[in-house]
Amino acid sequence: MKKLKRFLALALAATMTFSLAACGGKDSDSSKGNKSGVKIGFITLHDENSTYDKNFLDAAKAACEATGAEAVFKTNISEGEDCYDAAADLADGGCDIVFADSFGHEDYMIKAAKEFPDVQFCHATGTKAHTEKLANYHNAFATIYEGRYLAGVVAGLKLNEMIDSGKITADQAKIGYVGAYTYAEVISGYTAFFLGARSICESATMEVTFTGSWYDETAEKTAAQALIDDKCVLISQHADSMGAPTACENAGIPNVSYNGSTASACPETFLVSSKIDWAPYFEYIIGQVADKKDIDTDWTGNLSTGSVKLSEFGKSVAEGTDKVVAETQEKLESGDLHVFELEQFTVGGAKLADDYKADVDTDADYTADTVVVKDGYYSESEFRSAPYFDVQIDGIKFLGDPKF
Amino acid sequence: MKFHISKRDALPWQKSLFVHVVAILLAVGLIAVLCMTLTGQDPLSVFESIFSGAFGTTRRSWVTLQELSIMLIIALALTPAFKMQFWNIGGEGQVLIGSLTAASCMITLGDKLPNAAVIIIMIIASIAAGAFWGFVPALFKALWNTNETLSTLMMNYIATQLVAFFTIVWEVPKGSGKIGIINSDTMAGWLPQIVNQHFLPIVVALLCTASLFVYLKYTKHGYEITVVGESQNTARYVGIKVEKVVIRTMLLSGGMCGLAGLLLTGGINHTVTTTIAGGMGFTAVMVSWLAKFNPITMVFTSLLIVFMDRGASEVATSCGLNESFSDIMTGIILFFIIGCEFFIRYKINRTKKSGKEA
Repeated sequence: MKKLKRFLALALAATMTFSLAACGGKDSDSSKGNKSGVKIGFITLHDENSTYDKNFLDAAKAACEATGAEAVFKTNISEGEDCYDAAADLADGGCDIVFADSFGHEDYMIKAAKEFPDVQFCHATGTKAHTEKLANYHNAFATIYEGRYLAGVVAGLKLNEMIDSGKITADQAKIGYVGAYTYAEVISGYTAFFLGARSICESATMEVTFTGSWYDETAEKTAAQALIDDKCVLISQHADSMGAPTACENAGIPNVSYNGSTASACPETFLVSSKIDWAPYFEYIIGQVADKKDIDTDWTGNLSTGSVKLSEFGKSVAEGTDKVVAETQEKLESGDLHVFELEQFTVGGAKLADDYKADVDTDADYTADTVVVKDGYYSESEFRSAPYFDVQIDGIKFLGDPKF
Repeated sequence: MKFHISKRDALPWQKSLFVHVVAILLAVGLIAVLCMTLTGQDPLSVFESIFSGAFGTTRRSWVTLQELSIMLIIALALTPAFKMQFWNIGGEGQVLIGSLTAASCMITLGDKLPNAAVIIIMIIASIAAGAFWGFVPALFKALWNTNETLSTLMMNYIATQLVAFFTIVWEVPKGSGKIGIINSDTMAGWLPQIVNQHFLPIVVALLCTASLFVYLKYTKHGYEITVVGESQNTARYVGIKVEKVVIRTMLLSGGMCGLAGLLLTGGINHTVTTTIAGGMGFTAVMVSWLAKFNPITMVFTSLLIVFMDRGASEVATSCGLNESFSDIMTGIILFFIIGCEFFIRYKINRTKKSGKEA
């Protein structure tokens, strides 16, 4: 017993020494030099190990650096009551703005928004701000379909190069696409990518398969391989892991990536990547709050705001790609070109009706409620920021039998 | 000088408590050293963040208590099975199926029946679903002596896939793979809020703790569970129907997990996702073991785990450390606590030199 006492004394002494050595809690660095006086809390589904969340976290840090706003991060917040707890905790902690990055966070953000009317709640990818009509709840997205279209142009040029060099014949120009869910955001993405490619390579066709997960490396790799086995000569994907790019690098198939360059991991096959840069949005909301102005209910970033970006080109892109892409981008920015021109695609062999309606106001019955065709094109991301393109155009086929 | 190790008699509880406290202090000391040498972080601010994350504000304290309650209910649920040496590692699936059943009642009956009826049906259905998920492996064990570790684990995957399937059936908006808050306008099937939304799980957890304590310690059923756990042959010899006890106990175990699922969906999240149980079905195994299957001790072991987990996010937020660091901390603490069991069960004797050995 005596020995134990001596031992305990030692342990206590050690603990106390550590306690003394530790002095003064660490204050948040960014609070110094906070010119705007705005404090913003960020809620993310995972942490920087996920490419999707890293894209938000990097933009958040950049925007707070630029504006001097104080940032608080809550990572690994699941899409449930956890999100409400985190949002309420940030509001308790004096945040002027609370932002969440994942689609499933939306309902819980709305719940928090109702409880804290003086705090602004901003949510990326959500669909309900325009129907909830809360003064302090806002959705945001970007016209990423324009980025996909440009990436499609890069793919089309590559296909043409392959045809010209005799590697494939014109009717072998089949693109493969690995999608996550049969969700409007994904449909909008692959359709825009395909239209971009077909605007350059007329004989292009596409085959799409879905993994049923936003992040499943094995499933994405297997899906990409299945497309390659089915004679797809170029692959792109809308999912967050390195699965598809890796499968392409192994098989020597050109790949168009998403949400960040995969050039370092896949140097031989990487063509280009499109992504949303969230920094302009963060700077916008911080600015609005600092100036005591209202934030848009639905904010849609585009090529001009710097929200939609293409990465640098990979070394295997076709010659002259930069020039064609720059020209197309100019036309998109000026409004001379629209991605979803009705003239450019058919649905079931026919042109889409001028009064075609889509489900813009989210409801459990998926009611098509808003006419989305305008001046001869399907006007994506206009009636709300999140995509709602939901038609299956001719030229795109599916592996298996996905349910839409 | 030599040592040898010998088993010791049961240590009085004061001494055993003392050994545990020393173990935790040593763990904390090691964490502090790691903090400073590996990350250059000041350990006190890390400890401070952990505490603040769990109890820093009234809201955080309530949420901590709520999470503690759910963890506790699941750990309690697994305990009777473990006591009879039936390795139920299917808590995750039993919780999930309870959640899914509650959600399906909310979605399909929400606008058809009065709220009270919906809630009563939800309670019965969720507990029954969880019980069924426990019953299947128990029946296989009783009939064909299948390995319950495997079958309960497999049932987890079935439950996850069922949730994934119904998520697609009920998703809003189309294709999103998310159900979202169910009946957010009518609040049909939402369990009533007493005091605040965190209070109900706490009450349920307290009731579960007390009743399970009594059940295991003072009832015939509890005694039978202990005997079956000690030796099935002894149990048979004294006339206990082992198969009956196994099935009955797994119905209880699964049913309580189903109850936890009901609280998660009907009382807290108001939705169902494949990750709603968040691995608690597995963590609860550890919680139950650490408490040596004692329901009262389990309150403290769940508190330890939930406290560290809640602290984790705050560490990530305020110290700029990844949440993995708090997993490392939890790991160190558990290592020391489990390690100290050695000193409780065995003693180290110094062997005196004797002439012969020289």
